[in-house]
Amino acid sequence: MADQAIRKAPLAGLRGGSHAAILTPAAPASRISLRAGKDAVPALSAALGVTLPLRPKTSASSGKRHALWLGPDEWLVIDEDDADLMAAAGSSGALHSAVDVSHRNTAIIVSGPGAEVAINSGCPQDLSLGLFPVGACSRTIFGKAEIVLLRTAEDTFRLECWRSFAPFVFGLLSEGAEDAAH
Amino acid sequence: MLLIYCPYCEEERSELEFRNGGDAHIARPTNIAEISDEEFEAYFFLRDNPKGVIFERWRHIHGCGRFFNAARDTVSDRFLTTYKAGEPKPDLDAEPKTSAEVETYEALEGAAQ
Ligand SMILES: [Zn+2]
Repeated sequence: MADQAIRKAPLAGLRGGSHAAILTPAAPASRISLRAGKDAVPALSAALGVTLPLRPKTSASSGKRHALWLGPDEWLVIDEDDADLMAAAGSSGALHSAVDVSHRNTAIIVSGPGAEVAINSGCPQDLSLGLFPVGACSRTIFGKAEIVLLRTAEDTFRLECWRSFAPFVFGLLSEGAEDAAH
Repeated sequence: MLLIYCPYCEEERSELEFRNGGDAHIARPTNIAEISDEEFEAYFFLRDNPKGVIFERWRHIHGCGRFFNAARDTVSDRFLTTYKAGEPKPDLDAEPKTSAEVETYEALEGAAQ
């Protein structure tokens, strides 16, 4: 009988894709869903150490911490070093709402010359570099699942999805990555 | 694929990211406990269902999450304009069009033949 509970990541051990688009589950990260009015943005930016972007489809990064614009008063903040974002936001002293969604989301790194094609197999957004440059981000749809996309390099995307959708998203992405290789 | 201009994201996005939210500009009565059943029915249930231009609420649910309003032609499915929630009904004659011609089945089939 097992006497120890082991935390298992939703896509632990999975690898996939093709030579055109490689799929890699991202390492665990801490995340908050942040809502705040314009007045609170300077204090929250200072407390989080990353400037919350105010333009649609833009993000800001400081080291391994990223702030993604999702809506006019909504951001997804990701810290790849697993830092305590709730405490950081709480120390701002500004009125805001922060929800820890570290374990609600998981992420897949899609990289390679066919990354755009692989994602576009289930996502209707125009991901060409002109309209979706490096640093661009957006909440959107991938097949039946809602995702958040962040372009981290010309040929690399971080794709965030809810953990219960992760097997579906990984499966559909694998199909798209195979198509991208042809 | 129908493209809808989101006034908050400031660009056209696929219809897959949106949900319809019913008629726009329907003001909730301020004295709702006092109005008659007939008046409540008119406010809550009765809609015009026009053939032609309709003003609707739409939500960019798989995008910025915001509700906004749109003027749409129910015959051609063309979006005449979209505007932020809380803004007044626009003058459609003065508004520039924000969406391209809709690719209807008939139009595409016509071109194919
Ligand atoms: Zn939007």
